Amino acid sequence: MDTSFSSQKEIDARERGGLGTERLEVAFGPHHPSTHGVFRMDVVLEGEKIVSLKPVFGYLHRNHEKIGESVSYLGIIPYTDRLDYLCSPTSNWGFVLACEKLAGLEAPERAQYIRVILAELTRLVNHTCLAGFLAQDLGAMGTPLMYAFRERENILDLFESLTGARMMVNYFRFGGCRCDLPEGWLQGVSRVLDAYSKFLDEFEALLTGNEILLQRTQGVGVLKADLAINAGITGPCLRASGVNYDLRKVDAYGIYSRFPFRVPIGEHGDCFDRYMVRILEMRESIGILRQAVREIPAGPIMDAKAKTRSIRPKAGEVYGRIESPKGELGFYLIADGSPSPYRYRIRPPSFINLTVLEEMCLGLTVADAVAILGSIDIVLGEVDR
Amino acid sequence: METPENILARLQAAFPSAKIELLPNGCPSQPPSLLLDPAFACEIATFLKNDAALRLDHATNVTGVDWPKEGYIEAVYHLFSMEKKHGPLIIRLRTANRDTAVVLPSLTPVWRSADLQEREIFDLFGIKFEGHPDLRRILMWDGFKDHPMRKDYVAPDDFEYEPTAHDDVLERAQQHFSKNA
Repeated sequence: MDTSFSSQKEIDARERGGLGTERLEVAFGPHHPSTHGVFRMDVVLEGEKIVSLKPVFGYLHRNHEKIGESVSYLGIIPYTDRLDYLCSPTSNWGFVLACEKLAGLEAPERAQYIRVILAELTRLVNHTCLAGFLAQDLGAMGTPLMYAFRERENILDLFESLTGARMMVNYFRFGGCRCDLPEGWLQGVSRVLDAYSKFLDEFEALLTGNEILLQRTQGVGVLKADLAINAGITGPCLRASGVNYDLRKVDAYGIYSRFPFRVPIGEHGDCFDRYMVRILEMRESIGILRQAVREIPAGPIMDAKAKTRSIRPKAGEVYGRIESPKGELGFYLIADGSPSPYRYRIRPPSFINLTVLEEMCLGLTVADAVAILGSIDIVLGEVDR
Repeated sequence: METPENILARLQAAFPSAKIELLPNGCPSQPPSLLLDPAFACEIATFLKNDAALRLDHATNVTGVDWPKEGYIEAVYHLFSMEKKHGPLIIRLRTANRDTAVVLPSLTPVWRSADLQEREIFDLFGIKFEGHPDLRRILMWDGFKDHPMRKDYVAPDDFEYEPTAHDDVLERAQQHFSKNA
């Protein structure tokens, strides 16, 4: 065979009995819409297959922890809003919980119920948006995301009438909450809840049985339970892999032990299970919210011992954690008796859930990596801090 | 879960030549922590993870703390058990000093969850983790020189670029450029 006019690559390919491929390095992000912010992945492709994927962090880094060491304990609360900006009430709660352990405060009954109501509303917001974003990433342009955002607006309206802000609520305080519920607010919650069950039915009719969604998510990005545990994956991603670990049950912080909700568990640990676990969690959240709205007592909303502005915990350290919609959100504080913490550390669930991103994507295509990233659910404000 | 005192006694029995210390916690409701001997850290970590009564399989929070007055940097690990649903056990490792001997063993081979977090400590505190699979800067860029989370870190004085600098920013900019001229 005459090979005098062929390039070396063609000869190699012919010897292997196929077309030759070359490795291609793709810088995916930081300005790609499906990276949910300014996240970047350095992906190496062989043909369409991913052979290596390195996440690159830091585009939104502002050294939140260093800022926290130079402002007062109270001054940190608005900064925690900016961690996971979709779910600021839960970020508030995590920090306030750690401070309360440190200072020996306890929120009164009514405040505890308000916290649960806000946290579960936040979970609804986050999971609805996640499902919308995931569908958007898979190419369902517009409709599911707009439906999700329409429902989110109703909840943000509730946040606004209570706290004055739609996203950056800055609402929880050490030993309670900033202000009491306005007139008719609980009825507003009930109205939203009535509409929400119907919305979820409609949303599921649109998405859950959809053939394209099933094709794109089932069996994609499988995460095994033992790897998930070892890699510190928490939240819905962990439970989708079949591990029953929900801090609302394990730690029963606040008053969660009073609510008989179920913890949805996945079986396969693939993208579809991660989607489905969230849909089921929303249905449980609606149950928790209905019970909380029914049972919330009248009374004070602040611990009488609490001194919000001049809190100076004695020297010591604490680790407080809550089940945020994205996973285990922890705050590690070292106090030295001064008005600001000596060390202020956040354990960000979105960041640590990215530990095994490469393993989940290897051997799949870029389109699958988009689905996997969408199903992990990250917010860059929390990843980069 | 067993008390940290009990765990300490069992660790001392299992690793007689390792120096392990119990550090009290000023906050009364919170547990004390165990200061481990870096030379035995990996063995002790594996022991804690595999021990039938403890099964601390979830190393959730891994972070650094800088103590310039005491003259060392700490790496702190918060361990929980997903299987037994208990915790936390807090273990700490200390570097010998803050500039020349900042090497600690990496616990990433034991708990994968320490991977990105140890990289973050390396980046922001400057502890070098021996045995880490991929120790690079993570939040700061690769050419960055210093470690911003150290207590004695001084921010560069020209980072705050303003098109029309005024007041203290202008003053700092003038000082900066006169120094560099």
